[in-house]
Amino acid sequence: MAYTENDLKEDLKGKEYEFGFTTDIESDKISAGLNENVVRLISEKKNEPDWLLDYRLRAFRTWEKMEEPEWAHVKYDKPDFQAISYYAAPKQPKVLNSLDEVDPELRKTMDKLGISIEEQKRLSGVAVDFVMDSVSVATSFKEKLAELGIIFCSFSEAVKEHPELIKKYLGTVVPMTDNFYAALNSAVFSDGSFCYIPKGVRCPMELSTYFRINESGTGQFERTLVVADKGSYCSYLEGCTAPQRDENQLHAAVVELIALDDAEIKYSTVQNWYPGDQDGVGGVFNFVTKRGLCETNAKISWTQVETGSAVTWKYPSCVLKGDNSSGEFYSVAVTNNFQQADTGTKMLHIGKNTRSTIISKGISAGKSQNSYRGLVKIGKGASGARNFSQCDSLLMSDRCGAHTFPYIECENSTAKIEHEATTSKIGEDQLFYCLQRGIDEEKAISLIVNGYAKEVLNKLPMEFAVEAQKLLEISLEGSVG
Amino acid sequence: MLKIKNLHASTEDKEILKGVDLEVNAGEVHAIMGPNGSGKSTLAMVLAGREDYEVTEGSIEFNGEDLVDLAPEERAREGVFLAFQYPVEIPGVSNINFLRAAINEKRTHHGLEPLSGKDFLSLVKEKSALVELDDKLKNRSVNEGFSGGEKKRNEIFQMAMLEPKLAVLDETDSGLDIDALKIVSHGVNSLKSKENATIIVTHYQRLLDYIVPDFVHVLYDGKIVKSGSKELALELEEKGYDWIKEKPTV
Repeated sequence: MAYTENDLKEDLKGKEYEFGFTTDIESDKISAGLNENVVRLISEKKNEPDWLLDYRLRAFRTWEKMEEPEWAHVKYDKPDFQAISYYAAPKQPKVLNSLDEVDPELRKTMDKLGISIEEQKRLSGVAVDFVMDSVSVATSFKEKLAELGIIFCSFSEAVKEHPELIKKYLGTVVPMTDNFYAALNSAVFSDGSFCYIPKGVRCPMELSTYFRINESGTGQFERTLVVADKGSYCSYLEGCTAPQRDENQLHAAVVELIALDDAEIKYSTVQNWYPGDQDGVGGVFNFVTKRGLCETNAKISWTQVETGSAVTWKYPSCVLKGDNSSGEFYSVAVTNNFQQADTGTKMLHIGKNTRSTIISKGISAGKSQNSYRGLVKIGKGASGARNFSQCDSLLMSDRCGAHTFPYIECENSTAKIEHEATTSKIGEDQLFYCLQRGIDEEKAISLIVNGYAKEVLNKLPMEFAVEAQKLLEISLEGSVG
Repeated sequence: MLKIKNLHASTEDKEILKGVDLEVNAGEVHAIMGPNGSGKSTLAMVLAGREDYEVTEGSIEFNGEDLVDLAPEERAREGVFLAFQYPVEIPGVSNINFLRAAINEKRTHHGLEPLSGKDFLSLVKEKSALVELDDKLKNRSVNEGFSGGEKKRNEIFQMAMLEPKLAVLDETDSGLDIDALKIVSHGVNSLKSKENATIIVTHYQRLLDYIVPDFVHVLYDGKIVKSGSKELALELEEKGYDWIKEKPTV
């Protein structure tokens, strides 16, 4: 019998968000609400030094005076910041000597996420830091990295073990006053990852952090700081998932990258926070500030595959301060059902002969809204600067939207800026062509979409590329209409 | 192999095919000719199962099976191949991966194991020689940046790879220069066997110099108004279509 569209729909009903489970482990969670005492309590729970408490308090006072931004092309009910718990940590013995001491329930969570750490250790040589709710619970491969002088640990640990580095770099790329969510994060961030690559060292393996929101009624506010010293290189991966919940959970992270002279950082994200259900109920609000600073001859490359979250507000950016430095931004953002994404990048050219490349691929399905928002700014001193931007949008239905907001500010006449943009609807002709060759609709869509996003997917490290392709397929199943 | 009876089909509520009868046996080559707008391409699309066309009356039987009930991908797997008049570009999907997916879907459908990488590649080598397809086109995205002639050659290359029972060539000659026409025709002729059949949809007689049909049918206003041997094509070339329009009788 013919396999009809209705059969397909029936089949797809069963396929939902794969990571929607919750883990039943004891958690230490403080009551909802935010005031100076909560900030102090977080700092106290983490046994932090005074300078960090002071940093948090200044951030909190700044945040109190700020307004939530409204310029993004997204609509949502603003979170009630007094209804969120700002700290939740899985309860467990305080100091872990090895992974074996990790709570078995927690280990199960990691397994379900497909990050069996032992596996990863053996197979791909990826060092993983696992952050659940607010606290980093396991970092693998630490010793091997330490031999090279590479520091890769949770943020809290870095505060204790390497305070001089944190003091020197924290907030230097994303100041606490930068924006509403960055200020909030600076006040209440709970943990995250820290990474330092010493001079001239090429990190031999991918460094990876896996973020997971587990508790209900909490927000996740993690902080990532990566410092690549002169002439060093590292590739960093970040993955995120969250349970299925009817409430909107807030994720407001800050990521700062610092690439000193001749250093290179490659930062890849596969973002798969819970996107809400088919009717737009629940889902994570993903309000993230990511920025990197390039000194002379340095290079920072952001690659992101965004499939999750109910609302995404995210602009991984590069400050090209040093001469001859370069920044890259490769992005695939998929929205389905009622998801909304406003994402893009800022390339700030300050140094001479700085170069930037932006490749953005938006895919909108269902009733979703997908916007690219990007700024290319060429400063007065940035002679010989070059930028190339390409923003493509692919529409999968008649009810979704794709928008492009490119901003260009140029103060130097020797700069060269190129911008290309296309919008296309997934072709009935393309689909029929595939069908006529015997390829069914589901596979055809996956072929076409993966082909469309290929330029970006090719930039991902191998392990991630496979995961990203699968995610694209899951996110778009049954979405042509 | 193929029995079309009193076929009526419409698109956007407009009836295009108004009672087509046609029988094609294995080993035969049929040419469907006719003026613009007579329904030639519609017939090709209806055979392939394009959703925009609705069969309102009549039947299409293919090897004893009712084709109208089959989804387009099932028809393809059963051996119906359409060489498109305007082959579609699929950016980012390599020609070779596309074909591999297609072949393996078909093999799975017939209960066969997917082709190994090695066997697949030697098949590619063999079949691409048939239409002199440039090596670099195999790894490029499907039809992207191909010239008109390259696209048509690629269609015949796909046909050679998929080995259909019934091949429908929709205006395959359009946009081809004489050299490309020869190459494409050579490809089609080499694929001809006692087990398969070909329907050539064309406006001009030119292609039929190279692919010689057993039967020629003239489609006009949604009906086959005249059928004959290959000489009919020559007559049409000489007189044009007007004489047929004047006396629409079989």
